[in-house]
Amino acid sequence: MAVKKVCGIETEYGIHHLGGDNPVSSSSMLVSAYVADLERAGWDFEDESPGNDARGYTREGAMPPAVETHLVNAVLTSGARYYVDHAHPELSTPECSDALELVRYDKAGEEVLRRSMVAVNRILPDGQRITVYKNNSDSKGNSYGCHENYLMDRALPFARLADQVTSHFVTRQVYTGAGKVGSEAGGSHAREVTYQISQRSEFFEETIGLETTLKRPIVNTRDEPHADPKRYRRFHVIVGDANLCEVATFLKVGTTALVLSMIEDDALGNVELRLSRPVQAIRQISYDLSMREPVELVDGRTAGALDIQWELHRLARKYADERGLDSVGGEGVGREILRRWEEVLHGLETDPSAVARQVDWAAKLQLIEAYRDRHGIGWDDHRLAALDLQYHDLRPERSLFARLDAERLVEEESVMAAVVQPPRSTRAYFRGECLRRFPGAVNSANWDSLVFDVGTGPLQRVPMMDPLRGTAEHTEALLDGSTSASELLERLSAG
Amino acid sequence: MAEREQKKRSSTTRAEEKAPEEAPAASATGEKLKAELDDLLDEIDEVLEENAEEFVRSYVQKGGE
Repeated sequence: MAVKKVCGIETEYGIHHLGGDNPVSSSSMLVSAYVADLERAGWDFEDESPGNDARGYTREGAMPPAVETHLVNAVLTSGARYYVDHAHPELSTPECSDALELVRYDKAGEEVLRRSMVAVNRILPDGQRITVYKNNSDSKGNSYGCHENYLMDRALPFARLADQVTSHFVTRQVYTGAGKVGSEAGGSHAREVTYQISQRSEFFEETIGLETTLKRPIVNTRDEPHADPKRYRRFHVIVGDANLCEVATFLKVGTTALVLSMIEDDALGNVELRLSRPVQAIRQISYDLSMREPVELVDGRTAGALDIQWELHRLARKYADERGLDSVGGEGVGREILRRWEEVLHGLETDPSAVARQVDWAAKLQLIEAYRDRHGIGWDDHRLAALDLQYHDLRPERSLFARLDAERLVEEESVMAAVVQPPRSTRAYFRGECLRRFPGAVNSANWDSLVFDVGTGPLQRVPMMDPLRGTAEHTEALLDGSTSASELLERLSAG
Repeated sequence: MAEREQKKRSSTTRAEEKAPEEAPAASATGEKLKAELDDLLDEIDEVLEENAEEFVRSYVQKGGE
């Protein structure tokens, strides 16, 4: 039985500092400006081991990312982590129990960045300004990520997972792609590309591997469960674009959670969807706005990206009927994933403009086509590159995305609540609520533990090794009945 | 694959059957969309960064992740 697909998204935002020249310190200022006024705990690095490889070894020459402990790093009362990673501000959502909840926390993350911009621009000297973009490329060959994480059963052999999930990762871009003007790759084919589906696809050079910054792999093998390593795996997915359309985020996470559940339950076992050259295919599909150009399968047949997505959708429907949808949030959310998946595939094969309110690359393309039409300009006009970039600008007064009538899945009010309140359905609840209720007593936090300092005696670590415990159901009464952190800890140890 | 082909064909047939009565509504929607898009383009002309070339050139990021 597939384990519940607890999930989260880590987004590295693009940052531009007018009048500044060090993106690391600009990012630090941005994050600090937001957290300065908040009660917060520091991040505890005890649990970090990004160099561990899920295949059980570290390949020679592999370069695990360094953990940068000196940079700003904070845990928010929503259970999110907000920090500086390399030269970018990054926000990791709290653990969510399904794709719809994650849409809410992904949007709340954008709001945190928006408030950060307001806070930092208030204190910057005249003539300086920091702006944040939710995209994945600077159009000059530099990419930064939007990673997803899914809770998986440790018993599933990683080789099977990697083997079976690749086709989905290569083809899901038809609805998760955020669109990009031009190409950043070399080669004559790339030079002819005027517009492509994905921001990120061109940056993938390997099928599988541990790196995230060099030779990026379609399947990332980082094995850092942030949970009981005997029972769980955290599958770290680096192959996605950051989305602004809520439906795109919902489908990115929802379809992937479903496909992963199917792999755990061996419901994709004999499907012959395996691609013979995934790295070539992911790029080819990004360049092919028809989404029909055939890519080679290992058994010698060919299939288009939409064909492969339709086949995965058919199998997912069958899986839902036979095995249920408990692992992806139950019938309600699960059926909504299947319904929207089908709707978007139908739209894409009819005319991408049919899904311009749901899919970022289609929305951006429609805007660009209309703009070209009005001004009679060619693809090399700088205004199109500017329009591409400004689609992702998070400032309400500048954002082009905000001017479109994109379909919403979550109420604005619930997004604002998610800026400060944790989800009730995962251990993020306990983390966030402890911070909110006992801010002075939480010394530090990480994904799988909280460290308390109640003023007397040694620091006390409370482990949270199961992402599905520490929920409101488990701990709300306990928290409500505790007037102080000491009392909470006493009750916890009394069990 | 066969099952899907069948399903797609049947949904296409349904769409064709409905097409005549839906056509006027669809073209009205199209007109409305075009008008909205026009308004949007006016707005974009106002908010698009003034010096597009310089704006795009100055947006340089370090690789991340």
